[in-house]
Amino acid sequence: MNIIARTLFTVAFLFFAAPALAALNVLATVPEWGALTTALGGDTVNVYTATTALQDPHHVEAKPSLIARARNADLVVATGAELEVGWLPLVLRQAGNPKVQPGQPGYFEATQYVTLLEKPTRLDRADGDVHPGGNPHIQTDPRNIARVANALAARLAQLDPANAAAYQSRYQAFAERWNAAIANWEKQGAGLRGVPILVQHKAFTYLIAWLGLREIAALEPKPGVEPTTAHLSEVLATIQREPVKMVIRAAYQSDRASQWIAERAKINAVMLPFTVGGDDAAKDLYGLFDDTMQRLLKGAQ
Amino acid sequence: MWKSIGAAGAFALALSLPPNAQAATDAELAEIREQIRQLKESYEARIQALEQRLKDAEARSAAVPATATPSTTVAAAPAATDAATPAPPSSGISAFNPAISAVLQGVYANLSQDPNKYAIHGFVPSGDIAPAKRGFSIAESELAMSANVDDKIFGNLIFSLSPDNTVEVEEAYGVLTAIPGGFTPKFGRFLSSIGYLNSQHQHTWDFYDAPLPYQAFLGGQFRSDGLQLKWIAPTDLFVELGAEVGDGASFPGTDRNRNGIGDFAAYAHLGGDIGASHSWRAGVSYLGLKPRNREYLQTDIAGNDAQLNFSGRSDLVIADFVWKYAPNGNARETNFKLQGEYFWRRESGDLTYDSNNAIGLLNASSYSSRQSGWYVDGVYQFMPQWRIGARYDRLAPGRVDYGSNGAYLASSGFDPQRYSVMLDWTPSEFSRFRVQWQQSKLRPDATDNEIFIQYILTLGAHGAHQY
Repeated sequence: MNIIARTLFTVAFLFFAAPALAALNVLATVPEWGALTTALGGDTVNVYTATTALQDPHHVEAKPSLIARARNADLVVATGAELEVGWLPLVLRQAGNPKVQPGQPGYFEATQYVTLLEKPTRLDRADGDVHPGGNPHIQTDPRNIARVANALAARLAQLDPANAAAYQSRYQAFAERWNAAIANWEKQGAGLRGVPILVQHKAFTYLIAWLGLREIAALEPKPGVEPTTAHLSEVLATIQREPVKMVIRAAYQSDRASQWIAERAKINAVMLPFTVGGDDAAKDLYGLFDDTMQRLLKGAQ
Repeated sequence: MWKSIGAAGAFALALSLPPNAQAATDAELAEIREQIRQLKESYEARIQALEQRLKDAEARSAAVPATATPSTTVAAAPAATDAATPAPPSSGISAFNPAISAVLQGVYANLSQDPNKYAIHGFVPSGDIAPAKRGFSIAESELAMSANVDDKIFGNLIFSLSPDNTVEVEEAYGVLTAIPGGFTPKFGRFLSSIGYLNSQHQHTWDFYDAPLPYQAFLGGQFRSDGLQLKWIAPTDLFVELGAEVGDGASFPGTDRNRNGIGDFAAYAHLGGDIGASHSWRAGVSYLGLKPRNREYLQTDIAGNDAQLNFSGRSDLVIADFVWKYAPNGNARETNFKLQGEYFWRRESGDLTYDSNNAIGLLNASSYSSRQSGWYVDGVYQFMPQWRIGARYDRLAPGRVDYGSNGAYLASSGFDPQRYSVMLDWTPSEFSRFRVQWQQSKLRPDATDNEIFIQYILTLGAHGAHQY
């Protein structure tokens, strides 16, 4: 026991004595916040993203690699609104890092800085995988990204005051370019206003609100519940009365249900990248929306 | 409000008065009528006010999506930051209630052997490890409460409610959350973090029952009342070192009625990812205890059930690994999990044969044993919600040196083993139904064919599952 304790102590001492690194270590739970932190932090941040665009963000495990990253993080950038409830609390509790616990400056929740939609009026698991705070998939509206960027830049500056000016100037540059890009996307998407669509999962609420699309129905009978043949038949009946242009799904979702309905209803099945890395074109946040707009416009034809 | 209820109560009392109350005068009757009228009016007014408030609240919540439609320009973005300050979740006396969750379980068991005679041949009986009773029964239910105690401590309490109507404190511990440097101290009663499966609650297991080595060497799972210190290395590779001290009262230990430390455990776990699709964890653990007067029954050479009494030390080493695969890391559609653990235990000390002298041959001698066991299982989710799994468990009774007790006791040459397969359906994150078939050869003279049909329901706070 003495030997173990001594070894532990020596190893710990060596790490504490090592000179602090210049860069902030950031653990982002999902790719959009990883990309945003990189855009705002440049080379003064060292970003690790816990999940990829091909992973269902609701079903992530508290993997050892994530605990190791949370241990070293100066900042955890999460979505919040219970999107990460299945793994992040456990990872943070096991990481032994008080800096990034909820309530500390090192813990950032994006959903705290935007207005959430679809806040349930009643909470009952019979309604499926409902999030009490509202729909957490805020990144599908670029205006939300701008809001989060503003708060995140301020947080980075707070945690790393030495580089505060750099964060601020990078934020200014980002906001300017981003706003111009939004204006451009809105121009492109003007024709999408009022276009009726189906969604596979209620993952695009903010995109739909932004572009003025009309969500007629969802393929999942309830949020997070696998589409059933019975429910798909109902949806099919609905869209025969109320025709839609396309059915959209996120890159991480299986295309079975979308294809099933697309074939029968003769509509377009559109895969959207959903977040950075969802397809080859969505390399960064700009690419994400460039590609999303292209795919939507193609699907609406 | 209370006054009105008091009035209503008085009125109810008045109605129930015995017949001689009919002697009441007209004046009294009029007074009662007046009181009823007042009561009615006051309640009607209140109900109307409540209805109005409800309407207002509904209108407000319906209006939220409309007013929340974001502006089309981003110039307002910085302002939105201030506007979106989260509201406190609720107020009043219940606002700080801990997160509460419950697990309900039940099983239908079809066993070809009598579960009351369940024993693993050649191994010291380790306590309550028999499968469920035959037929229908509820399995262990669980009630858990957790919350941050203050800015430095997280607390967790888990009751387990047994089908025989006993309540047990399964875990009750505090965790210091504000210690820097990767240290996580825990104190109280907790499942030890030795091995892989030991710290996981039964309802999260991939099979109905614990693997044979867990049953034989730890009596299911090892927990103690004590202290734990874990340390995570500041490396990208997951390196966890941990040590525990405790009372050592649960199997293979005994309640010692002594000051000081009853058990000591230490472990190292490594883990990481290989690409996006693979993740793994592996480790070695040590558990040392000093059982005192551990009494149990064992059949001797002559066929008598002799009472034995052991005092000495018990050292257990566990090597564990788990590997998980999901295409692109997306476990929603399909995934595969492979896990295995190897146990090795040495016990040495003094063993008293026929310690209650029931046979009349009381004899004390030295004792030592070296025994081992292992299991490996694989679980494959072949489509959303559906998984199949297979498991193989095997124990090696090893060498047992009974000293002079060898005149009465023989060591076993039989390797207990078990084959299991299971299929489970998980309609949501909160429910699971499982059917498991297994063949256990735990005694040379009996093979048990077992079928379990099990349900696991989780309600309340959304729990997070360990890796």
